[in-house]
Order: sequence, then C-alpha cells, then structure tokens
Amino acid sequence: MSYIVTTEKLNLWYGETHALKDINISIPKNSITALIGPSGCGKSTFLRTLNRMNDLIQNVSTQGKIIYNGQDIFDKNVDVNELRRNVGMVFQKPNPFPMSIYDNIAYGPRTHGITNRARLDELVEESLRGAAIWDEVKDRLKKNALGLSGGQQQRICIARALAVKPEVLLMDEPTSALDPISTSRIEELILNLKEKYTIIIVTHNMQQAVRISDNTAFFLLGELIEFGETEKVFSYPKDKRTEDYITGRFG
Amino acid sequence: MNGKRKFYTFFMRGLMYVCSLTTAALLIFMLCYITVKGAPNVSWKFLTTKPSYLKGNIGILPDIMNTVYIVLATLLIVLPLGVGAAIYLTEYAKSKKTVAVIEYAAEALSGIPSIIYGLVGMLLFSANFGTCLLAGALTLVIMNLPTVMRTTQESLKTVPQSYREGAFGLGAGKWRVIRTVVMPGCIDGVITGCILSVGRILGESAALLFTAGFAHALNGILSGLTSSGATLTVALYVYAKEEGEFGVAFAIAFILMIMTLIINMSASLVGKYFAKRRRV
Repeated sequence: MSYIVTTEKLNLWYGETHALKDINISIPKNSITALIGPSGCGKSTFLRTLNRMNDLIQNVSTQGKIIYNGQDIFDKNVDVNELRRNVGMVFQKPNPFPMSIYDNIAYGPRTHGITNRARLDELVEESLRGAAIWDEVKDRLKKNALGLSGGQQQRICIARALAVKPEVLLMDEPTSALDPISTSRIEELILNLKEKYTIIIVTHNMQQAVRISDNTAFFLLGELIEFGETEKVFSYPKDKRTEDYITGRFG
Repeated sequence: MNGKRKFYTFFMRGLMYVCSLTTAALLIFMLCYITVKGAPNVSWKFLTTKPSYLKGNIGILPDIMNTVYIVLATLLIVLPLGVGAAIYLTEYAKSKKTVAVIEYAAEALSGIPSIIYGLVGMLLFSANFGTCLLAGALTLVIMNLPTVMRTTQESLKTVPQSYREGAFGLGAGKWRVIRTVVMPGCIDGVITGCILSVGRILGESAALLFTAGFAHALNGILSGLTSSGATLTVALYVYAKEEGEFGVAFAIAFILMIMTLIINMSASLVGKYFAKRRRV
C-alpha cells in the first residue's frame, strides 16, 4: 500500500497548551481516513496542520515532520499556496463566497492563473459534476451561491475544492451542520470521490465513520491512541480507551 | 392613590410630547427660516457667475468649484490612506495592543475641535505650500482620516472569518484573499466613511479659514488647488461677517442645505443598494 501523507513525531502547541503529542501516522492513498475522538482531542487541529491552515492562527508552534510527496511541508522551500492547492479543504460550516455559483467554483483556478474562458467553463462543469450538484445548479450558475440550501452549499464548497485538482481532500465535520438527507448525499459523494482523491475526514458521528471510512484514527487528549482498518478498530479495538469511546462510555 | 398615579402617567406623557414637539419645531423652523431667507436670492446668474466689484455682481460659481475641488482632493488622499490603514489593522497587524492604541488614538483625534486642525494645518501645510486649497485639503485629510479608517475597519470586521479560510484553503495568497474576498465586503463601510467625510468637508469652516484662504477666483482644478480659494462655507462666513451681505449668506446656506440633503439621500440609497446585493 502506498502512503500519501506521513507524519513523524508531530507536536503542536497553542501557546502553552500541548495540543498534539508525538503523532506518527501514515495515510494510505485513495482511501478514506476517519479521525474520531471527543471534542478538544486534537483531531481538527491535526487536520488543519496537514495543509498548514494553523499558520493563520497566532501563537501556534509545531515540531516534527509531515511528509507529503517526499517533502516535509514545514520546509522553507515549500510554497504554502501550492501545498493548499494540492491538499484541499472542506469546512464544518458551508462557506461559499458571496458571489455567483460560477465565480465560486472558478475562484481556485483563477487564483492559480487560469483565465481562459472556455477552460474555466469546462472546469466549472467538471467540478460541479464531480460534486454531484451540476443538475441542480446548471441553469443558475450566475445566481449567488448564498441562495442555495445548506446541503447544496456544502456540495458547492466541495466542487470549489475539486476545481483546483487537489490530491488530498481534508474534511472537517462536513455534514455536522446538515440534515440527514443532505448528509447521506454527501456521504455517497465522498465514497465516489475516493477513486480519484485521498480523503481525510473528521467526524463526530461514529456511524458515519463506519459507513464511509477505510481506516480510522482515534485521538484522545492530543494523542493518537489507535489507528487501523475501520472494521477492526470498531469490532476489536486494541486499546481500552478506544473501546470505551466507541461504545459510548465517554465523549 | 389611583388618581395620583393616573395624573403622573398623564403628566409624564405630556412632557415627552412637549420635548419631541420642541425638537421637531426647532428643526422645521431652521429649515423654513433658511429657505425663506435664502431661496429668493438664488438665481441662475448667482450660481453661474463669479463676483465682480466692477460690475457689482455677486456670484458663487468659484466657491462651488472650490468646494468641489477640495472635496475631490481630500477624498483622493484620505480614502486610500484610511482604507489602507484599516486593512493593515484588521488583516496584518499582529499585536492586539498596537491595534488598540491606534484605535484609541483615532477615536481621540476625531474629537479634537476643528480649529486646532486648522492651526496645525497652517503651520504644517500653508507654511510650505502657501495658503491654498491643497493646504486646506491636506488639513481635512488629517481630520477625516480617523473617520474613514474606523468605518472601514468596522465593516472589515463583519466579513466572516470563514470566507478568508475558504480562500486560503484554495491556495490564495494573502493579498488575493484581501482583494477578492475581504474588500468587496467592506465597500459599504468605505461608502459610509466617504459620505461622513463629504458632509464634514462641506460644513467645515474653521480649519479652512487658516489654510485655504478666501479668494473668489474662478480656476481649473490644478491651478485652483495651488491658489487661495474660499469654499461655500468659508464664503458664507465672509459674506455675512465681513461684507454684511446676509441675503447672499442665506442663499449659500440654502444651497449647502440642499447639497447635504442630496448627499444624505444618496448615502442611504447606496447603502440600500449594497445591502440588497449582499443579501443575494
């Protein structure tokens, strides 16, 4: 199995708070990896470290390595913008820009220098199809994206992330703000995206982790307690704390 | 007991009526007084000629043009400066303490009486450029900088953090995020600052008496900025105080009143337009 992202002794501090402790993990390519754990365990922090979104927060310091494509992403030579193009992100709350649907999707490609109209049209359609929302919005591409429902907005955000052709998609509880029908649509979409992308998803929903992920990582108090095939983690957890968490004894 | 209470309620309600009536009456009286005194003196000739002692003519075209020049020059300088400062403070500045100090200083600056700005402007600008509209405009820039900065800053703060994160997450650089996602969201703040400034420039006399001069010569914008000139408000002061032409003064007051009205109305129209556009 080939790995796309590998962390080595990754540590992270928010000021004095030690939020991630010696995380060693290897994420397999073209798979879905679920990160689970109680609130405040560091799973979202870990996710946001993978495309260096934590750079935007003050007083964050990191130690250790994250190897992506054979290079440490904390290396001085790494272009953060290029890293974020390759490692895309979908946020907890749908956050389309207050622009037309078309401009939302075209934002990424335009950022990276694509101005050719025909090429943009092509990318927009391809991305919207990829996010399974093309049929719903193809007649109103010029309308403001904020007029869509929450579930549609989240798929627009997924399409927007796909438009820059990333390799990895980071998803931070992408369905927690959505109703059950929108949630199941997005889960189905994530399963389809696995063929082309590597997906790392933070979820609070244990059933969701079981339904969609190939591997599951369980975080607790900043430590990676257990990582393995989802089926095994949920059926035969090796660690007592994992068992307690997935059976609902705390969290 | 009940009767006393009833009387008390009745009395207080009456008192509030009187207060609001007095306020409204004063305002209406002012408007009517200025209109009655000023409007009859406004004529096409008055608006479109320059004053001449030889012909015994009084016209305020130069003063109108001077006002336009000074408004344009001030906005041209104060908008980029104020908006730039606001963007620095909300998007770049790392130290919260520095930001707080600058915000506090801006707040304090906007409370200083305008005649003090005039005094500083005279020593700082008029001493170097001479008494001219440019010196006046630069003085007004200092006066209006806090307003423009603060209104822009407040509207920058209303742009959700999630927009910025979304754009950064797609690999956009800092400046691109600011230009495409943050700045469109703060246009209404910039416009508010702009309108407040224009209102203040129109009404300003003290700061300009020291710096911009009193001349009524008709100039183009470039020669106008480098020569002495009176804006409408300053002209009003000169006609009333030094020439005793109260009819002319009231006519200018009438025109200023109408200009302020138009600016306020266009401000609320523009505000509504942007609110609508943002709401989808």
